[in-house]
Amino acid sequence: MIGEMIGELFSDYTLRTVTLGSATLGAVSGAVGTFAVLRRQSLLGDAISHSALPGIALAFLLTGSKATLTLVLGAAISGWLGTLFALAVVRRTRVSEDSALGIVLSVFFGFGLVLLTLVQRLPTASQAGLEKFLFGQAATLVTRDVVVIAALGAVAVLAIVVFWKEFKLVSFDPEFGGSLGFPMARIEMLLTAFLVIAIVIGLQAVGVVLMSAMVVAPAAAARQWTDNLRNVVVLAAVMGGLAGVTGTLISASTTKLPTGPTIVLSATALVVLSLAFAPNRGLLWAALRRRRNRRRIRAEAVLLDLYALSRQHTDPLYAHPEGSLEAMGQDRDVPWSLEVLADLGLVAQRGPAEWALTPDGTLHAEELLGLRASRSLAEA
Amino acid sequence: MSLDLEIQLIAVLVAASCALCGSFLILRRMALMSDAISHAILLGIVLAFFVTHDTASPWLLIAAAATGVLTVVLVEALHRTGRVKEDAAIGLVFPALFSIAVVLITRYAGSVHLDTDAVLLGELAFAPFRRLELWGMDLGPKTMWVMGAVLLLNVSFVTVFFKELKLATFDAGLAAALGFSPALLHYAFMALVSVTAVGAFDAVGSILVVALMVAPPAAAYLLTDRLPVLVVLATALGALSAILGYQLAKSTDTSIAGSMASCAGLIFLLAFLLAPDRGIVAQARRRRRQKMEFSQAMLAIHLLQHEGTPEMTRECRPEHLTEHLRWLPQWASRVARQAEREGLITRVGELLELTSDGRDLARRAMVQ
Repeated sequence: MIGEMIGELFSDYTLRTVTLGSATLGAVSGAVGTFAVLRRQSLLGDAISHSALPGIALAFLLTGSKATLTLVLGAAISGWLGTLFALAVVRRTRVSEDSALGIVLSVFFGFGLVLLTLVQRLPTASQAGLEKFLFGQAATLVTRDVVVIAALGAVAVLAIVVFWKEFKLVSFDPEFGGSLGFPMARIEMLLTAFLVIAIVIGLQAVGVVLMSAMVVAPAAAARQWTDNLRNVVVLAAVMGGLAGVTGTLISASTTKLPTGPTIVLSATALVVLSLAFAPNRGLLWAALRRRRNRRRIRAEAVLLDLYALSRQHTDPLYAHPEGSLEAMGQDRDVPWSLEVLADLGLVAQRGPAEWALTPDGTLHAEELLGLRASRSLAEA
Repeated sequence: MSLDLEIQLIAVLVAASCALCGSFLILRRMALMSDAISHAILLGIVLAFFVTHDTASPWLLIAAAATGVLTVVLVEALHRTGRVKEDAAIGLVFPALFSIAVVLITRYAGSVHLDTDAVLLGELAFAPFRRLELWGMDLGPKTMWVMGAVLLLNVSFVTVFFKELKLATFDAGLAAALGFSPALLHYAFMALVSVTAVGAFDAVGSILVVALMVAPPAAAYLLTDRLPVLVVLATALGALSAILGYQLAKSTDTSIAGSMASCAGLIFLLAFLLAPDRGIVAQARRRRRQKMEFSQAMLAIHLLQHEGTPEMTRECRPEHLTEHLRWLPQWASRVARQAEREGLITRVGELLELTSDGRDLARRAMVQ
């Protein structure tokens, strides 16, 4: 089915347009979202996208036009106003940031719904179609929309390149930036403005309810793979684009599958994969590392037990029964640990369930006890 | 009871329940958890519906509340891995759960009662048509009874555990040291928020639950410093938003839930601007008063410095203040007028002269 889809991608004009649009919006929101996630403003995106709704409805009510640029402009203005209000509340009162964002997103959205019900009662039959902004409908993207998305997205990406140093400072150490003489407040505003742009261009395809996930998910996924900001931004853009394309194709290939949720689920899948398998930060590797460490510690405990036993005996290489070792430590999985130690040549089996230290084993035990300069077990 | 009255009663029950648990949510800085929970519960409702095929089944409520708690657990688990920050964890978990729910609804439940509009808007207008009948008697709308029970649960929880909630909210460390379990209380509270969100979800939809949980308590937070007052005030403001919202929606024929949220927002905006002590207007007025008081002290000190010196005739003219204190002429004359009115200075011909009150002020200001 996927092969068929890709074949269609190059032949079907509509599908190509739609895919191009979702790829662009995914890439832009991924790149810009990286900064929001790093600045712990992941949920600001949620507030922006919800507060765009009244702007969309109002732009239509005032102009009667459904042109993408008009609606996007309305969305951007009200999204920007919502952000400013949230920031003012945080700065001027003791209401915390989470409450301010919660108020902005729910109240603006509620007001947007009021306006939408007004729009629906308009006598002109042309009102239909604003609902698509709730959950998104990538299938309605036409070439003109894609041009708007691409143009605005290009502005945002260009800004990231031009203000790279400033955005990096504001993400990691705004106080340091301020002490260098950069106008940090203005840079923050600029970054927020581009976050607004990245969000509003995605609304038509993904919808106001779920657009915030497109800001968070690609960045959170990309962050797992690398520690370098440039690589995170580029990777987040790639992942956002990938999620956009995958979601659109899946949603276009089946009937009755809204695009927004499908794109979001694709992005979430990327996050889950990254969290599990990314080198270094991947949870799978961390679990393996932990297990290896636990085993090593157990084996070393058994080795030290055997060393303690051998000190009681005139012959240091005298074999001791496995039962004695079992008795010395319950939770050490003695037989298994002995096998590991034998593989490393630190102990040797002398009879049925009888074990003795090798000279190497004695050396290593004394190192562990700090009686000799140490070598790690791995080297041994 | 008339239809109107029943709808308003339900709306008030919803708003009051939301405000009660919302008060503690905003103080614990977990306001956006209400956003996450109110979205995620949809998945529980949908899954329970697929099993029971009955939108009236109580299992829907139970499953939804369980999904709410699951969301909290997932967010915390994701945060604990250390791979993502808490805000990003919230922003990852609930859109995913909500997306699954929306996909399931549009794919498999398209022909039945669940639809995406109801998810966002709620169905308050239809609530009175679902009646609760027992032994052939009409006992009123079902939602009213459900929300009444939810409100009762909220009131009992908050009154019984008031001390524990207060302690855990303001000083979790002390609560733990005194032997209360903040974790247990936390999850019990999150379960309460989930149950409330589920009840309210039916009436006002997922996003407006957030408005009712956050906006009235946040407005009350700007109006009082006492927790019991905050809780009661938040409930009252929530109820007020519900009634105003309904009346507004009725007169303009628009979305009830949306207009309730708008009213809640409007009430917050009013508190933000006009709160007696913390509002923007009060802040601006306080700053202006402080500036005036400071300027008068400056003026008094200036006059005291030059009192009885040869430069007095030059320094103690109102015009000279612009030069010496770097004040704008209008400001200088306003400060001088105000000081005269308060009896700190008098005008002697062209010159400003301190009264004994003014001299006291200058000396006190310099000591400070």
